[in-house]
Amino acid sequence: MARVLGTSIKRREDPALITGRGKYTDDLKAEGMAHAAIVRSPYAHARIRGIDTSGAEALPGVLAVLTARDVAAAGIPGVVPVGWLLPDLKTPAHPMIAADTVRHVGDAVAVVVAEDRYLARDAADRVAVDYEPLDAVADVVAALEDGAPAVHEEAPGNVAFDWEIGEREPVDTAFASAAHTVELDLRNNRLIPHAIEPRAVLASFDSSTGEMTIHMTSQNPHVHRLLMTLASLGMPEHKVRIVAPEVGGGFGSKIHHYADEAIVGLCSMKLDRPVKWTATRTETNLTDAHGRDHSTRCALALDADGRITGLRVDTAAAMGAYLSTFAPAVPTYLYGTLMSGQYDIPAIHCHVTGVFTHTAPVDAYRGAGRPEATYVVERLMHLAGEATGLGPVEVRRRNFVSPDAFPYQTQVALAYDSGNYGPAMDRALEMIGYDDLRSQQASRRDNGGKQIGIGFSSYIEACGLAPSAVVGSLGAQAGQWESADVRVHPTASVTVYTGSSSHGQGHETTFSQIVADKLGIDPEAVEVIHGDTDLVQFGMGTYGSRSAAVGGSAIVKSVEKIIEKGKKIAAHLLEASAEDLEYEDGSFRVAGSPDRALALGDVALQAYLAHNYPDDLEPGLSATSFYDPANFTYPFGTHVCVVEVDTETGSIDLLRYAAVDDVGNVINPMIVDGQLHGGLAQGIGQALWENAVYDESGQLVSGSLMDYAVPKIHNLIPFELDRTTTPCPHNPLGVKGVGEAGAIASPAAVVNAVVDALAPYGISHIDMPLTPEKVWRAVNA
Amino acid sequence: MTVSIQLEVNGKPVQAAVEPRRLLVHFLREDLGLTGANIGCETSLCGACTVLVDGNAVKSCTMLAAQADGASVTTIEGLSQNGELHPLQEGFWEKHGLQCGYCTPGMILSANYLLAQNPSPNDEEIREGLKGNICRCTGYHNIVEAVKYAAERMS
Repeated sequence: MARVLGTSIKRREDPALITGRGKYTDDLKAEGMAHAAIVRSPYAHARIRGIDTSGAEALPGVLAVLTARDVAAAGIPGVVPVGWLLPDLKTPAHPMIAADTVRHVGDAVAVVVAEDRYLARDAADRVAVDYEPLDAVADVVAALEDGAPAVHEEAPGNVAFDWEIGEREPVDTAFASAAHTVELDLRNNRLIPHAIEPRAVLASFDSSTGEMTIHMTSQNPHVHRLLMTLASLGMPEHKVRIVAPEVGGGFGSKIHHYADEAIVGLCSMKLDRPVKWTATRTETNLTDAHGRDHSTRCALALDADGRITGLRVDTAAAMGAYLSTFAPAVPTYLYGTLMSGQYDIPAIHCHVTGVFTHTAPVDAYRGAGRPEATYVVERLMHLAGEATGLGPVEVRRRNFVSPDAFPYQTQVALAYDSGNYGPAMDRALEMIGYDDLRSQQASRRDNGGKQIGIGFSSYIEACGLAPSAVVGSLGAQAGQWESADVRVHPTASVTVYTGSSSHGQGHETTFSQIVADKLGIDPEAVEVIHGDTDLVQFGMGTYGSRSAAVGGSAIVKSVEKIIEKGKKIAAHLLEASAEDLEYEDGSFRVAGSPDRALALGDVALQAYLAHNYPDDLEPGLSATSFYDPANFTYPFGTHVCVVEVDTETGSIDLLRYAAVDDVGNVINPMIVDGQLHGGLAQGIGQALWENAVYDESGQLVSGSLMDYAVPKIHNLIPFELDRTTTPCPHNPLGVKGVGEAGAIASPAAVVNAVVDALAPYGISHIDMPLTPEKVWRAVNA
Repeated sequence: MTVSIQLEVNGKPVQAAVEPRRLLVHFLREDLGLTGANIGCETSLCGACTVLVDGNAVKSCTMLAAQADGASVTTIEGLSQNGELHPLQEGFWEKHGLQCGYCTPGMILSANYLLAQNPSPNDEEIREGLKGNICRCTGYHNIVEAVKYAAERMS
C-alpha cells in the first residue's frame, strides 16, 4: 500500500468545479421560488420616522414588503445574537430589521419579495423611508473621544468592553530599568473579506410539515442553524435543515450569523414558498463582518544584551455598530494571548477597549486577532533590531523561546506545546541569500535610485481553540470540539460524515487521505460528506485553521474505534483472542501467525450479516466521535520579504517572498502550499493595497472593487515556500493547521521590508496600506 | 417589453425573448441553466462571469443578452469536447489552480483567450493577461502554473 499521508493527491473536488457543474447557493432553483431584495440604510446613523411601502406593493409581481413591524407581528425573537461574552460586555440588541434607528450604512430596514430578481430590485427602490439623519462616528479613535455620537445608549462612551491580560506592574518595572525601549503608534487597517462569492441564501419553508430547508453560504451550518432558530426565527431546531452547497470562499465572513439570512427565512415563512436572496458585491461589502481595524500604542523594553524584558500594548478595537457572532473574542483571546510571539518575554501587559462605531460589524477575518498581534510584535522586533544594533535576525534569535523550554508557559495564558524556532529562521535566510541581499542593499544605498529592503516576520499562530471547558470559561457560548461519524459499509468502502464544512480547503480530499491511511485502503474507497445539518451530526465547522487538527483528529478517533470493534469480530472468526490481533494494511492478523488474517471487507461483511458473530457485540461497523483537543496547536515560521522602493514615486515592487512554515505533519503538501499562497496574498494585500475607508459621515467609500484593491495576479509574485516539521504532540495526526499562517505573518514582513528600505530616510513606520502616496509623503516629509 | 434574440451557445442554436435590460450572465444562468459563469461583482472587475463571445473574453455581467444577438457564446460548460477535459481544465486540476472554484470558470475562459492570442506566454504575460480576473483563494501562484501546463499541452 503506497503512502497516503504526506502525498499530493489531486483534489476530488475539482472535476465539478472546472466544468461548471459545482452548485453554489445562487445556482440553485426551487419550485415556486421568489426573490428578495433588501432595503438598506443610506445613512450611518439616523432615526426612522416612517416607511411607506405602498409604491413597492403596487408593482405587479411584488409578493410582500416586510419591515420591523412584521418581525414583531410574527412573534419571533427577531434578533441577531452575539456568541462570545466577556465580563461586563455591553450587548445592545441587534434587531433583524432596524425598527426606529439605523446604525450603519447597509443596516436593513425593509425587505421586498417579488416573482423576479429584477422586479424585487425595482420594488426595493420604491420603498420610501423617511430618515432623520443623526451624527455618526466611524473612526475607532474618534468614537472614544468625549462627546462622540453614541452608537448605543447602553454603551456610554461607545465602549463595548474593557479587557486586559498579563500584569501591568512587572511591565512598568521592566520599562523603568530598560537599556533600550522602542515604541510605536500604529493602525491596523480595516479589511473587507471579499470572498468572491457574495453571501446568498435560499430558504424554503413548507407549512404542511412546518419544516424549513435553508441553503446558504456557510462555513458552519450547525452553528448557523442554532443561532438562526434560537435567536432569530424562533423555530424548533429539528425543523430546520441548513445546507452549505459549494461555498465560494469565506475567510471568516461566512462563519457569522447575519440579519439578512434570517430575514429571508422569515420571508419564506410568511409566504410559504421558497425565497432566494443573493447579495450584490456592494451589499456584501456593506454587511459582511469586516476584519482588523485597530488603533494601537505599543512598546518593548530590552536589556543591554538585547533580551526583551517587557511588552506593553494598548489597543482600541472597532466592533462596528453591533456585536457580530464571535466579535468580542477576536481582539481579546485571539489577540492579547498571542503577544509573546516566538519570544521568551518575562512581562507582558495588553489592554484592549472594544469600541462601537457606526460601521459594519468587525469579526473574524483570516487570522482573526493573530495577524494583528503578530503585526504588533514583529514591527516592534524590527525597531528593537535597530535600537539595539543587533539587526532583525540576531535580535529575534536572541529572544526565541529555546527548543528545550517546551512546553512553554507564556505570560498571556497560552502554553506552547512544541516549537523549534531557530531552524525556520536559518532556512529562510538560506533561501533568500541573506548576505548577498545585504550587500546589494548597501550598494544601492551608496549609489542612490531604487532602494532594497528586507523584512522579517517570525510568527506564532494558535489554531483550533481548545479545550471546550477552557474556551467556555473565557466566554465562548459554543464548544470547540469537532465531530466525525465514520461508517464502514459491508463492502469495506467508507463514508465519513464530518462536522467540519469545506469552502475551498479540500476537506474531501484530505479527510479521505486520513481514513485511507489509517484503514490501509484506497482513498477512492472513502466518501466525505459535510455541510448539511440533516446528514451530519452536530459539528462546529471550518474556521481558525482547525479542520485538520480538530476535524481530522475526530476522524482518527472514529477509525480507531472501528479497528477495535473489528478486532473483536475478527478474533471471533479466527478463533483467537482480540488482544492478539493487529490491524495492518487493511487486514486483521493474529500476531505471530501471518497466515491467520482477515481482510477489512471480510470483517465488515460479517459485521452486517452478524451470522457468525460475538454474542456480546452489536452488529454494524461505524463509530462517531466528538474530539475535544487538549490544547491549541502552535504553528510557527519565519517569513522574509524583499522589496524595491522607488523613492521618487513611492511605488513598491515585491522582489522576493520566502516563507518557512512549521505546520506539523502534512497530509497533502499541495493543499498546504495552496493555503499558504492564499494567506500570503491576503496579508500582502493588507500591507500594500487593501483598505476599508469610511468617511466622517460613515459612508463606506471603498465599498466596491472599483475602490477596494483586492490583489490581482499582476500585483503578486511567485512565492518561495519551505517547511520544517515539529509535529503537534497532543493530537493523533501531529498536524497543527495552516489556513491562516500566510495572512498572519506577511503584513509585518512586508512593512518591515519597506521600512528597512527607507531607513536612510529616517523612516521608522508607515501605516498600512503602504500606498505610493504614503510612501512618497514619508520620504518627502 | 421583450426583444427576440438568436445566438449560438456552446455550439447549439438558441432563440429567446428577453427584457432589453436583461444581462447576458442572467440569461445564461437563469434562462439557460448554465450556472458555470458566476457573479462576483457588478462593476465588471472580478471576472467570475467571463465567457467567450465570438472568441473574445467578455464579462457577461456587463453585456446585455440583447447585445449577444447573432453571437457565438462559449461558457465553461462548453469547453470540454467529447467528454475530454480541455488542457486548461486539466492544468487547473493538476496544478491546484483552484480552491473554492468560484472564480475558476471565468479564469479558465480568460486564460483560453490569452492562449489563443499568445500560445506560449511567459509568466509575466500570463499575469498581464489574467489581470481582469480576481481570485481570493490561491494567491495566483498555481494559476500561473496551471496556464503554463495547458500552454505546453496545447503546443
